[in-house]
Amino acid sequence: MIEFLLEPFAYSYMARAIWVSALVGALCGCLSGYLILKGWSLMGDALSHAVVPGVAISAIIGAPLAVGAFASGLIAAGGIALLRRLTTLKEDVAIGLIFTSFFALGLLIVSLRPTSISVQTIAFGNILAISDTDALQLAAISGIAFLVIGLKWRDLMLAFFDEGQARIVGLNPWRLRLLFFALLSAASVAALQAVGAILVIAMVVTPGATAYLLTDRFGRMLVLATAMGTMSGALGAYASFFLDGATGGLIVLMQTGLFLLAFLFAPKHGRFALLRQRSADT
Amino acid sequence: MTERDPRTTIEVSNLTVRYPNGVIAVRDTSFVLDGGTITALVGINGSGKSTLFKTIMGFLKPVEGLVRLNGNSVTAGLKAGLVAYVPQSEEVDWTFPVLVQDVVMMGRYGHMGLMRRPRAEDRAAVDLALDRVGLIELKTRQIGELSGGQRKRVFLARALAQGSSIILLDEPFTGVDVKTESAIIALLRALRDEGRLILVSTHNLGSVPDFCDKVVLFNRTVLAHGPTETTFTEKNLLAAFGGTLRHIRIGGGDLHDDEDERRVTVLTDDERPVVLYGARDAEKLVTTQTRSEKAKPE
Repeated sequence: MIEFLLEPFAYSYMARAIWVSALVGALCGCLSGYLILKGWSLMGDALSHAVVPGVAISAIIGAPLAVGAFASGLIAAGGIALLRRLTTLKEDVAIGLIFTSFFALGLLIVSLRPTSISVQTIAFGNILAISDTDALQLAAISGIAFLVIGLKWRDLMLAFFDEGQARIVGLNPWRLRLLFFALLSAASVAALQAVGAILVIAMVVTPGATAYLLTDRFGRMLVLATAMGTMSGALGAYASFFLDGATGGLIVLMQTGLFLLAFLFAPKHGRFALLRQRSADT
Repeated sequence: MTERDPRTTIEVSNLTVRYPNGVIAVRDTSFVLDGGTITALVGINGSGKSTLFKTIMGFLKPVEGLVRLNGNSVTAGLKAGLVAYVPQSEEVDWTFPVLVQDVVMMGRYGHMGLMRRPRAEDRAAVDLALDRVGLIELKTRQIGELSGGQRKRVFLARALAQGSSIILLDEPFTGVDVKTESAIIALLRALRDEGRLILVSTHNLGSVPDFCDKVVLFNRTVLAHGPTETTFTEKNLLAAFGGTLRHIRIGGGDLHDDEDERRVTVLTDDERPVVLYGARDAEKLVTTQTRSEKAKPE
């Protein structure tokens, strides 16, 4: 039995997929704690699609995928900000317009110059086939990102909660926002390789939403979201060995499962707790 | 009784601020405020009060003129932690997962190291501030669980914990019950007596003479500026508010059977007053012109 359960670890590609998924889940989970509080969830979706042309170009010229992804993510975020500033179009319009254009451009590039990256990989990810170099790159990116978050999480929280107060105590909210988008682009690239462009949004939204139902303190929420991201990443990849299913789908469904549990049973904000409280009040 | 602190000042000189879309929000505005005073910034919605606040706090850059805090630039003033700001309730995300004590702790950021890790003195300052506004028992509540009046006081506590000598309050009495209003006023008076400079933007006209030493009547520019007794006059208020003010005057036959020329005048924006008149213990409600309107429950 134990042998059976440990079997995935006998394959180096599986072991790698498990730890990379856990790491990606952790980073995305942590950032989701911020993203969901600003009504920016769609921004996560947008970035994951907007990085595609960068990934495609990097693959063609042989540059690190993360660098290209990062650049095109930033250009897209800048484009959205610019469109918002120069027109009176609403934010969702700007996001919808820019990110689909970037995604379309990415698909076009990939289809014109077929390389190691296929449309299939971009859409659905392929964590089982991730190369050692890419895995190490992801580890490095996540390490740096976690270091930055560890140093700046309180500043980021203040900039998200109360921009005015952030300025008053001498922070630069605009710079912090840029920092956050840089982190989010990095996480998007990582998640793109793990679960594919279509499911990245779940990775940067669901753990945060679940954690939000479990606590009223921001610090704890970040820790919970990170832990749930890690767990679902690792377990999803692990389970895909036995179920022979898509890793991305399993990871995301695992996160959805946790969300449903919290939605029903969370100690204070769960449905049952709220019903109990309501009946106690009347 | 009031100590005037010559070192605490806001100087606004020839200030002109333009929105990104080109509209001029504040034009050629000058005034000087000192520590140890409470000043009301009074004007209609859209008169540029918020813009003026944002410029004083350095969020907006003027196209002309300048603001000086304690004689220095706004940037230097902010760096020195001179300014605390109590935002309007509508500007706050009350669903954010932070506790009352976490919000007050945000006032301490300027006193902390780069990691913003709270020390014992920061916790002590937070507790002291919460105690002063009477919210110490609620410090571990999520902010959305508080009532309207309590919500205001959380942000007042944050300003206290910050320890700044200049405190700006944006419409502190909106959506607040009478009890909270007088608690806030008492606190502001105490802060003034400590030598702080307090600037309150408000359209709650009735409370202004109660606690404000000075008044700046504002509509894009300063219409009148000076001590409350001489500045907060019917003429100036009508100039500042124009037709948006309810203007109720009772006199002559409504009031007396004799030739007495005294009369009652009631001016109000949207906070509707009740006016009573009559012999002792036999007062009657004076019906104002909004006869058909039902009184709003408090």
